Amino acid sequence: MAGYILRRLLQAIPVFIGTTFLIYFMVFALPGDPIIALFGDKTPNPAIVAQLRAQYHLDQPFIVQYLIYMGGIFRGDFGISFSGQPVTEILARTFPVTLRLAVIALLIETIAGILVGMIAGLRKGKIFDGTTLAVSLILISLPVFVIAFVAQFVFGVQLGWARTTVGTGAPTQDLILPAFVLASISFAQIVRLTRSSVIETSGLDFVRTAYSKGLGRRRIVPVHILRNSLIPVVTYLATDFGVLLVGATVTEGIFNVPGVGNTLYQAIIRGEGPTVVSFVTVMVLIYLLVNLAVDLLYGLLDPRIRYVK
Amino acid sequence: MKIRRYGVSFAALAVASALVLTGCSGGGASTPATNANTTAIITTNGSEPQNPLIPTNTNETGGGKITDNIFAGLVYYDEKGAPVNDMADSIETTDSTTFTIKIKPNEKFTNGEAVTADSFINAWQYGALLSNKQLNSYFFADIEGYSEDADSPLTGLTKVDDLTFTVKLKAPAADFPLRLGYTAFMPLPSVALTDVAAFGENPIGNGPYKLASTGAWQHNVQIDLVVNPDYTGGRKPQNGGLTIKFYASADAQYADLQSNAVDVIDQIPDSAYSTYQSDLGDRAVNQPAAVFQSFTIPGRLPHFSGEEGQLRRQAISEAIDRDTITKVIFEGTRTAASDFTSPVIDGWSDSIEGSDVLKYNADDAKKLWAQADAISPWSGTFQIAYNADGGHQGWVDAVANNLKNNLGIDASGAPSPTFAQVRTAITDRTIQTAFRTGWQADYPGLFNFLGPIYATGAGSNDGDYSNPDFDALLAKGSSETDASAANKDFQDAQSILFKDLPAIPLWYSNVTGGYGTSVSNVHFGWNSVPLYYEITKG
Amino acid sequence: MSNDFTETPVAGSAASARSRGHFVAPLEETPLVAIDAVKVAEKRSNLWIDAWRDARRRPIFWISGALIFLVLLVAVFPGLFTSVAPNNDCQLSLSNGAATAGHPLGFTKQGCDVYSRIINGTSTSLTVGIIVILLTTVLGVVFGAFAGFYGGWLDSFLSRIGDIFFSIPYILAAVVIMSVLSEYRSVWTISLAIGIFAWPSTARVLRAEILSVKQSDYVMASEALGVSKLRILFRHVLPNSIAPVIAITTISLAAAIVAEATLSFLGVGLGSDIMSWGNEINQAQRDIRTHPQTLIYPSIALSVTVFAFILMGEVIREALDPKARALR
Repeated sequence: MAGYILRRLLQAIPVFIGTTFLIYFMVFALPGDPIIALFGDKTPNPAIVAQLRAQYHLDQPFIVQYLIYMGGIFRGDFGISFSGQPVTEILARTFPVTLRLAVIALLIETIAGILVGMIAGLRKGKIFDGTTLAVSLILISLPVFVIAFVAQFVFGVQLGWARTTVGTGAPTQDLILPAFVLASISFAQIVRLTRSSVIETSGLDFVRTAYSKGLGRRRIVPVHILRNSLIPVVTYLATDFGVLLVGATVTEGIFNVPGVGNTLYQAIIRGEGPTVVSFVTVMVLIYLLVNLAVDLLYGLLDPRIRYVK
Repeated sequence: MKIRRYGVSFAALAVASALVLTGCSGGGASTPATNANTTAIITTNGSEPQNPLIPTNTNETGGGKITDNIFAGLVYYDEKGAPVNDMADSIETTDSTTFTIKIKPNEKFTNGEAVTADSFINAWQYGALLSNKQLNSYFFADIEGYSEDADSPLTGLTKVDDLTFTVKLKAPAADFPLRLGYTAFMPLPSVALTDVAAFGENPIGNGPYKLASTGAWQHNVQIDLVVNPDYTGGRKPQNGGLTIKFYASADAQYADLQSNAVDVIDQIPDSAYSTYQSDLGDRAVNQPAAVFQSFTIPGRLPHFSGEEGQLRRQAISEAIDRDTITKVIFEGTRTAASDFTSPVIDGWSDSIEGSDVLKYNADDAKKLWAQADAISPWSGTFQIAYNADGGHQGWVDAVANNLKNNLGIDASGAPSPTFAQVRTAITDRTIQTAFRTGWQADYPGLFNFLGPIYATGAGSNDGDYSNPDFDALLAKGSSETDASAANKDFQDAQSILFKDLPAIPLWYSNVTGGYGTSVSNVHFGWNSVPLYYEITKG
Repeated sequence: MSNDFTETPVAGSAASARSRGHFVAPLEETPLVAIDAVKVAEKRSNLWIDAWRDARRRPIFWISGALIFLVLLVAVFPGLFTSVAPNNDCQLSLSNGAATAGHPLGFTKQGCDVYSRIINGTSTSLTVGIIVILLTTVLGVVFGAFAGFYGGWLDSFLSRIGDIFFSIPYILAAVVIMSVLSEYRSVWTISLAIGIFAWPSTARVLRAEILSVKQSDYVMASEALGVSKLRILFRHVLPNSIAPVIAITTISLAAAIVAEATLSFLGVGLGSDIMSWGNEINQAQRDIRTHPQTLIYPSIALSVTVFAFILMGEVIREALDPKARALR
């Protein structure tokens, strides 16, 4: 077991190098000169542009830029944004907020999604199943910005149940409404996944055996059916966690969450290589750990799965 | 011009807001409400400054809103855009080339240092020096000694005594004193230049407000300003301070205004254009501002030079139904253009000779287009390039539909995902289509809308327009000592533009804003930003 | 159990079929080969034929099939459904106008015909959806299946490649792809932007399911019978692990179509000269409080399409799952 974990952690190194290289290249490949854009609609003085390009190493070939950046990382220097702030500071400021938001959203979608999916699966073809499908269809057919606007207007402005935007210090209660909006994106996926998995598991021999042994539903459903249905769901949730960490741009923008999504989006649009790569790098490391945890969790959910041979 | 930009696409770049509020309270200077609470903190919207808070390096509205309130320059602009002496005691000239500037005695920065001639000279020298890479360096371009190719001190700045200095320009510029209220011309205490990076994080100013404490700038969240008791100028705050909350989107700040989480905002999201006036009633603001919108057709595009080009440009201009687009697409938050400047600027006129070309006339447009086709037949699609992250799609589509319907040609928008991409193509002259252009004035003068954009070889002349007659009129206007004579020259210069149409004028962006029930005496300045010092709360 | 199942021994159930007919007979007295040969020759069968036999008896299959056919018909021949030009003759005087004769759903903000734009946008949206799910499913199944089934270093290698791809934020991918290929903006580029970095999620889910399924008795039985690894994977393991992939894929179709709207919202979508449901939803978003209908109609088109695909996915999943068939 320890050997397996160690091997997995070592694999993070090539992933780290591969990811940073790929992302740095993508930012590099973005057409347009980020320095020229700093001057807005005004045409800048070429001499100043040249000096600023040199300051951010943008005048170097791609591979040199990449190596300069990687060299900095190993000295603990993640670079400086165009606004003159160390990227590490930006990271330290935004990541905790987004992490909290992601965890709350994940909790909501996990609890609601699994519960609803399970009931729908157990009562396949009944009214509850049909209603769930209808709700899922509505949620999935509306882009997140529509859901966010409507939620903000209804719950924030009209009913006053929640703050319209996130307040100073991003208190957790302010994050609940945006978290619900985020959770709604994946809700349909988790419901469908849980439902199909529960239906499939319900037909398996050991469930029928359990019924014929005279066990009650109260025991069979959580212990036999749900536990054995969770593997694909847990896997999907883990990937969704990764999405929540970087992909919440729109929701964070509408609710003014001072988190990763917004900062990262701006950095992408402005072509700030070091900022983009540093953010994604941290996110990759978290994601690798989460995936490792999930792989280990498989063994608990299905004892037949063994990694250590 | 200050760049305005939000994180998530919602808002426009260089498209802004501001002037005078609607409805109630008319008339000039602050008349504080009798029961106003002078310790109350006003909250307002802003965006995270994109650069350290150094005045010469602040060229976007996020930082500008802060620097303008914590620094006081030689002059400030009142509500109507007229310059009022702030730190200056007097600014005098006889030839519009050499200016003698006297500074008020006993003014000081919040660290106790006196505001002297050196505070200005050193700040300007720093801002102009090439190797300091300041985004606003071109503001010093007219001062003797400025070079855009190499480090070169401003030899035109001469200290006379502690409170007096002279400025010598390369060529006459009658409106130079008018420019001095712009952010770039603020003074700096000597400590600023010893550690610029640290200063940019915790700036020390001499304006009506100061940072509440070290670290008052909470990045991506807000900045807290309190009243600077030492400030003696005309912008004496009627409130206790200013908290500028940084919003990633205009939608978020509007939602906050509706739930009273913010007192004053100076931009309404386009998703609320149709509802905000009914939502806010007389607390809604919608007035023309010093922002001019157009699209530029470079002369090097095929079919757009010479006589054929003039015909086609006029046809395109007459084929656009500006009134309907501003009414329907913008819900009245834009005002159809009638010149190349802005109605809030002194000297603006809606009856300049040739301005008929801005009137919607589909039949005439068709005729003009046919005449051009007789010279050389049109083929292909007319495209307007724009950055897709700036909320331009609506009007570009509407203009394209106008051209399709009225000229019978194929027309469409050409979005670029990033501002950098379209801006680089414009700067490199590689762009092969017409493109969106916008101009927010740096200072309230007609020249600022014309010289930097259409003068031969000017810095922002992206269409490479050149007309000697136009240049001559600009130069004549700049050397006039009488303001109304200068304005007349600038109007005549615009008549030439109406013939050549290097850019097709579209509309003026209004300032759209609003304020909450707890504040009063909210006025918007000529530059689309509320006059925060006048606002009272409670 | 249904007749179908008992009469046609699919490969995995060879043992049980044999025991039913010959449960008392010693093995050496009944040559295995002969009996199996007779049965197979009698009624040709495999998983897919069984699935088809099952599906065609279900009304849901025909309902969803008809809906999908209709949507495809609209996508391929929009001219059959409307003669109004979607992108020409848009008059601002009709902005957000109500329905009139010949324009059953009213007008958009730009004064274009809503119905015509939805009909003409079908092919774009459907193509984006289908390309994206093909991309994610093919890549996801290949990577997930091999990683999960073979394990070991191949698993590590494939899974880590998936991690690298997955860690690229899709917005970055979209901005890069749409701006590098801005000259060639089309359904292909936007589908690439949405799909190219989304497949690892499918791969991981399939891998997890396979990790569990490959421990099943019938897999061991096949191994014991000397069936080749690759054959076990494709004949036995994959069909039994595909249910979650189908569940994800049908929803992903909708997610992809909607993602196109979100990318438009962020400014990296298709231009408005290319019609699509996502584009319509995005442009209608600003007037959601005053004129929600322009947003609701394309959303309905999207919902109905996704509904059809979800039902179809459901039918396929159940048809492929002998146990679910048996339960009915």
